[in-house]
Amino acid sequence: MSEKLKAAIIGPGNIGTDLLMKAMRSDWIEPVWMIGIEESERIKRARDVGMKVSITGIDGVLPHIIEDDIRIAFDATSAYVHAENSRKVNELGVIMIDLTPAAIGPFCVPPVNLKQHAEKLEMNVNMVTCGGQATIPMVAAVSRVQPVSYGEIVATVGSKSIGPGTRMNIDEFTRTTSAAIEKIGGATNGKAIIVVNPAEPPMMMRDTIHCLTESEPDQQAIIASVHLMVAEVQKYVPGYKLVNGPIFDGKKVSMFMEVEGLGDFLPKYAGNLDIMTAAALRTAELFAEEAASGAITLPARSNRN
Amino acid sequence: MSLRDGMHAKQHQISLEEMVNVATALDNAGIPLIEVTHGDGLGGASVNYGFPSHSDEEYLNAVIPKMKNAKISALLLPGIGTVDHLKMAHDCGVNTIRIATHCTEADVSQQHIGMARKIGMDTVGFLMMAHMVSAEKILEQARLMESYGANCIYCTDSAGYMLPDEVTNKIGLLRAELNRDTEIGFHGHHNLGMGIANSLAAIDAGASRIDGSAAGLGAGAGNTPLEVLVAVLHRMGVNDGIDLYKIMDVAEDLIVPMMDQPIRLDRDALTLGYAGVYSSFLLFAKRAEQKYGISARDLLIELGRRGTVGGQEDMIEDLALTMSRSA
Repeated sequence: MSEKLKAAIIGPGNIGTDLLMKAMRSDWIEPVWMIGIEESERIKRARDVGMKVSITGIDGVLPHIIEDDIRIAFDATSAYVHAENSRKVNELGVIMIDLTPAAIGPFCVPPVNLKQHAEKLEMNVNMVTCGGQATIPMVAAVSRVQPVSYGEIVATVGSKSIGPGTRMNIDEFTRTTSAAIEKIGGATNGKAIIVVNPAEPPMMMRDTIHCLTESEPDQQAIIASVHLMVAEVQKYVPGYKLVNGPIFDGKKVSMFMEVEGLGDFLPKYAGNLDIMTAAALRTAELFAEEAASGAITLPARSNRN
Repeated sequence: MSLRDGMHAKQHQISLEEMVNVATALDNAGIPLIEVTHGDGLGGASVNYGFPSHSDEEYLNAVIPKMKNAKISALLLPGIGTVDHLKMAHDCGVNTIRIATHCTEADVSQQHIGMARKIGMDTVGFLMMAHMVSAEKILEQARLMESYGANCIYCTDSAGYMLPDEVTNKIGLLRAELNRDTEIGFHGHHNLGMGIANSLAAIDAGASRIDGSAAGLGAGAGNTPLEVLVAVLHRMGVNDGIDLYKIMDVAEDLIVPMMDQPIRLDRDALTLGYAGVYSSFLLFAKRAEQKYGISARDLLIELGRRGTVGGQEDMIEDLALTMSRSA
């Protein structure tokens, strides 16, 4: 039998639709349900590619979770409804991967801490923010060499690549990202800034990372660590690129990144969308790999095994 | 603007004593509203924009109790500052909050404008880099801010690029189309020497709030020089309630001695105005020129060509590194 884990995607917006396109190519995840709250172009699109669809929200799918053997849910809706979605699917033994800023579960930045979450079979992990996925690996690359007292990131995204949800809650971006720079990046204090740029043609996602180290930076070790980390991220986001740096100025270490997407649902400039969906899919895949190898045991289900 | 936009020109290094002395003198000269914040607004303290000598809270707490008539304003850029900063400013006694977004991105300001209005602040929507789009687009974005609760909308010439006809056109359309009780404001930079002319055009077209800065202290070639604007208004017979000699003295005796460099239209500041680049990029580009040997003018022209917007200071070093590699 297939070792792919079956998945439901909640929220057929930019993120959910891009995620669907990526998941359909996965060796480890099989998307089955697309869940929306009304009929729409994107629901139709999901139906056209063979997905089961719900237009009555999560409640329309709950009766089918066990019979369809859904093991993973991706929530690409909003922080306001996430907790309820998560509770409902967790009760049925479904692992929730949260792409909203709700962050009720622990933060997950795949190359930094995904393995730990999988080992513990965390039932809800949060994917931080697009800016967090693009920058926290770099903060962690410095902090695993030596203590970082302050980590700051500036994410600049093309206007067309961020939807109304992010815009209405832009403070959530700065708060969630700052918190994750500390918790996952390993900086004592974190600060996040987001800039929206409307240039045409749209600019590619850019990210700047500044770390202030406690003692003089060990330049060779940091350069090596950063390059290793870039390669780790490139495994799931091939367009993740170190444009300049690390540059050293006293105790300041700076890196300048560009993130090109795969151009699945939105064009390639929307690397911010890709890094989020690719990280979420990578997270689900690792759970599937660990389950297949027997390293973790998924919640028992009465009609199986 | 001396104590907020002026922070750019001072690399955010203004002492509490200077802050209080200047604010007190401006108050005494009859300036009704004085802005006190990090140059990039509340929460701007950062590697990217510069760490200030003191926190926003320390500056506000030092200045506000000393004011006799003047009200204090603070700036906030969503994406940099949050509603937490806004509430802090309100708790310090800030009267006016100006929520600034790029001129096409007003919808990131909803939670901040909404909160400010809810807690009863004088709430301004501040549309930056307004030269980059049409008057109709500015109006569309202004209406969004108005719908969130802003009682005043600014057309902000962050690059000092506008000429008077454009100011007339944009302010005129806002005045004609926004609610009658929504005030209109204009914020100028002097990068093409148009600070005074643009301010007069704005007043003629219906603006009731005009930003200025004593001795022009501000980003780029500075803001509209306040003492000059006041002198011109007095010659025109406008009764603005400001004491001309006192504001001249603030400029000459307090501000000029504080300047780290003359605020003048040098070739780099002129390039900002000519190429339409965010004024606070000036000193960053000059520093990148020193460090990487790429001329500040070339950097600024390229930043303009790429359509950079306010807040993208990090692009300057990145671009200088890239240009120095290919040079």
